[in-house]
Amino acid sequence: MFLELKDVAKTFTGEKQGAFEVFSDIDLSIEENQFVSILGPSGCGKSTLLAMVAGLESLTEGEMKLEGEQINAPGPDRGMVFQEPSLFPWLNVQENVTFPLKHMYSKADAQKRANDFLKMVHLSRFKEHYTYELSGGMQQRVAIARALAMDPKVLLMDEPFGALDEQTRHILHDELMAIWRETRKTILFVTHSIQEAVKLSDRVVVMGTRPGKIIADYSIDIPRPRHRDHPDVIQYEKQIMSLLEVEINKVLKEELSYENRD
Amino acid sequence: MKIAIKRLLFIIVMLGLWEGIHLANFYPDYIVPSPITVFDTLITGFLQGDLLTALGASFKHLIIGLSLSILIGTLLGVILGKSKQADETAGMYLIALQSIPSIVWVPLAILLFGFGELAVIFVVVVGGTFVMALNVRSAIHSVPPQFLRAAKTMDARGFELFYRVEIPASIPYFIQGIRLAWAFSWRALMAGEFLSNGPGLGYSLSFAQDYARMDQVIGIIIIIGVIGAVVDQLVFSKLERNVMKRWGLLNS
Repeated sequence: MFLELKDVAKTFTGEKQGAFEVFSDIDLSIEENQFVSILGPSGCGKSTLLAMVAGLESLTEGEMKLEGEQINAPGPDRGMVFQEPSLFPWLNVQENVTFPLKHMYSKADAQKRANDFLKMVHLSRFKEHYTYELSGGMQQRVAIARALAMDPKVLLMDEPFGALDEQTRHILHDELMAIWRETRKTILFVTHSIQEAVKLSDRVVVMGTRPGKIIADYSIDIPRPRHRDHPDVIQYEKQIMSLLEVEINKVLKEELSYENRD
Repeated sequence: MKIAIKRLLFIIVMLGLWEGIHLANFYPDYIVPSPITVFDTLITGFLQGDLLTALGASFKHLIIGLSLSILIGTLLGVILGKSKQADETAGMYLIALQSIPSIVWVPLAILLFGFGELAVIFVVVVGGTFVMALNVRSAIHSVPPQFLRAAKTMDARGFELFYRVEIPASIPYFIQGIRLAWAFSWRALMAGEFLSNGPGLGYSLSFAQDYARMDQVIGIIIIIGVIGAVVDQLVFSKLERNVMKRWGLLNS
């Protein structure tokens, strides 16, 4: 298997509240070239799980393997796009994209490579610009180009379009689909939007909460490009929605019972 | 009305009032000289070279002292910013030292180095170092963790992480630190020179006081004020604004 998560668990140990289990027993096998979404309500630990794949968070239990190799630290085989803007403002667009290439390529090759990937996200015209001159959507496209330029085995995306407006989000969905068709990267995509997950993914892994665990795993076999009104799309969205409603109600109930305790 | 015109009018009115008080003869000339006399004194001072010599000496003290305080302050700040151990041990004392008015260091400097230029430079260094160190410390603490996380996923670690991400990310606060260090050093410089045996603007001021030359006292105060404002507005304000804008810290 390409990317394998086995019995993965995460527990945070705070100094005051004691141990807090985010999730446990996460088993997940992901095939190469697949677009997989991890979907769940806030607090289910989906972003933490992604950060663990990136090597930014430690594992409390279990193990993760990418092409048979144990994951225990960040590495250039896993590129990541964050929700928060994470481009470096002291570098221009091109320098941001060449940032990870310093040790891999000569300066000229790195620049050429950066240009290629900036072309892919249609921003080569802006390569001399600084981040404050770019819109949120453009910044995320640069971040995608930067992650892809390292030629990672997996592209990890943590709610990358969560902070963007609806219009921009749809444009970037189409752009991401085009990039994925072109590069055939394995993509692990974290989101809380059912629509986004169904529209983009080959497979949607649904996580529940308190404690976090995988509660469903759908293969979405609707031909692309997918339209919002397609009956199959609506069918999947409804199915996942009813599943998540149970989870969200569970959280609400727990919070209410805490408020009403005596 | 244009801002420049408002400002010009204000200064003209103030000078008019001053001249009015002078002409009313409530006070003798050696207490309230005419603004024209002050202007005259300044011109003569510059033409005869006395003021230029003093100004040159002051800038020499300032440049040496400020450079040293930026250097030492940065070093201290980086140590305190990077090492939790060092910060917990010495961080609080730095704040205490920073709150000591720089004139307090003058007697210490005079006892250590005599009334010469070395004592003045010492006071300038002490005046700027602590505020610089505190700013560099918070500069390092305020590097967005998001930048570090992103850089780690791009295979930057250890010293590389420090010089490719942490240093550039903290430049806006670093520049703020230099601006504050300059302001503190400038004040310290005047205090130090005032009690020294010269040369320097502060010394010229105390000299003018000894000879009851109010025109010189006011003239030198004006020079000191103008230099402070010009350096702050033309050099540091601009620099800070540009950097803040580039770093996306300015909302406009």
